[in-house]
Amino acid sequence: MTNPQMVMYEEEFNQIQGIVDRLVKEANARVVFIIDKNGQLIAASGDTEQLDTTSLASLTAGNIAATGGMAKLLRENEFTTQFHEGEQSNIHIQLVGNRVILVVIFDNKTSLGLVRLRVKKASEELNAIFEALLKKVEDPARETPFAEITDEDIDNLFND
Amino acid sequence: MSFINYLSREINCKIVYYGPGLCGKTTNLQFIYNKTNPEAKGKMISLATETERTLFFDFLPLALGEIRGFKTRFHLYTVPGQVFYDASRKLILKGVDGVVFVADSQIARMEANLESMENLRTNLAEQGYSLDKLPYVIQYNKRDMPAIAPVEELQQMLNPNGVPDYEAVAVTGQGVFETLKAIAKLVLTELKRSGG
Repeated sequence: MTNPQMVMYEEEFNQIQGIVDRLVKEANARVVFIIDKNGQLIAASGDTEQLDTTSLASLTAGNIAATGGMAKLLRENEFTTQFHEGEQSNIHIQLVGNRVILVVIFDNKTSLGLVRLRVKKASEELNAIFEALLKKVEDPARETPFAEITDEDIDNLFND
Repeated sequence: MSFINYLSREINCKIVYYGPGLCGKTTNLQFIYNKTNPEAKGKMISLATETERTLFFDFLPLALGEIRGFKTRFHLYTVPGQVFYDASRKLILKGVDGVVFVADSQIARMEANLESMENLRTNLAEQGYSLDKLPYVIQYNKRDMPAIAPVEELQQMLNPNGVPDYEAVAVTGQGVFETLKAIAKLVLTELKRSGG
């Protein structure tokens, strides 16, 4: 398979959440979230109550996938940064280590320059965490919840 | 590729509905959306043209229940069926855990079915997947239409390997949940087999 399994453990999640929480404050952003390239939400911070983060995650991943497709046609490796400007809200999208996507939603309380600066620093830190996480996941000795699952468990899920 | 979150105790999987244009992929998702409890589903997103043809994808997040304390969540996607949207179809297949091929039972669409299935194989191979190794089911849709091919003929043509297959009328919902359950079950069984 082309992509290794994405797994999230408490230790790495806390590190990632820490970076995301800090980014919201330092960039003066409304919302920051991290998703994997398949559109799964990994972490979020800020004013997420009003947002449909699942839908946003899937659409952002679609957007990154489409942009990646355009890059390929132009013989570019990737377009790593996207910026969408609206009247009230703006979205800054950054591909981190070609594996996860860092999304910052902000309004006029901050500036694109500040967001870019803070995103750059956060990206480097996130990249290191995800690389370490990937190594951990590839370890054949790691435990998985699936080892214990029986066929009966799976059948029970559909008995309604 | 599925995503296991130990912290929130969630397993997330991606299922893609594939098939020729107008075969009923979006209709499958719409029926599932309409018949699912509000707490088990998220918003359904359709990126469609003005004439309601799928432009990029439809997306429906669904919660199926718990297995050993892990919540199972499925993200259902459709691809745009029209031939010229091939670049978009390739993108949707990234990270797929299971595929539903929706075939159009009408005799006039036999060639389109074959072409789409060939296209599915090619696009999966480009991503490093093989249709023979992925969790995969087939749905023969539009069984209510007048000029349809017999199921045996469809099986011979589209299902030589004998993967699970289902007859359906997606507009009325016949066969829709059977198909979904079958693919969800295969995906979970595969996760168990490969040890996640």
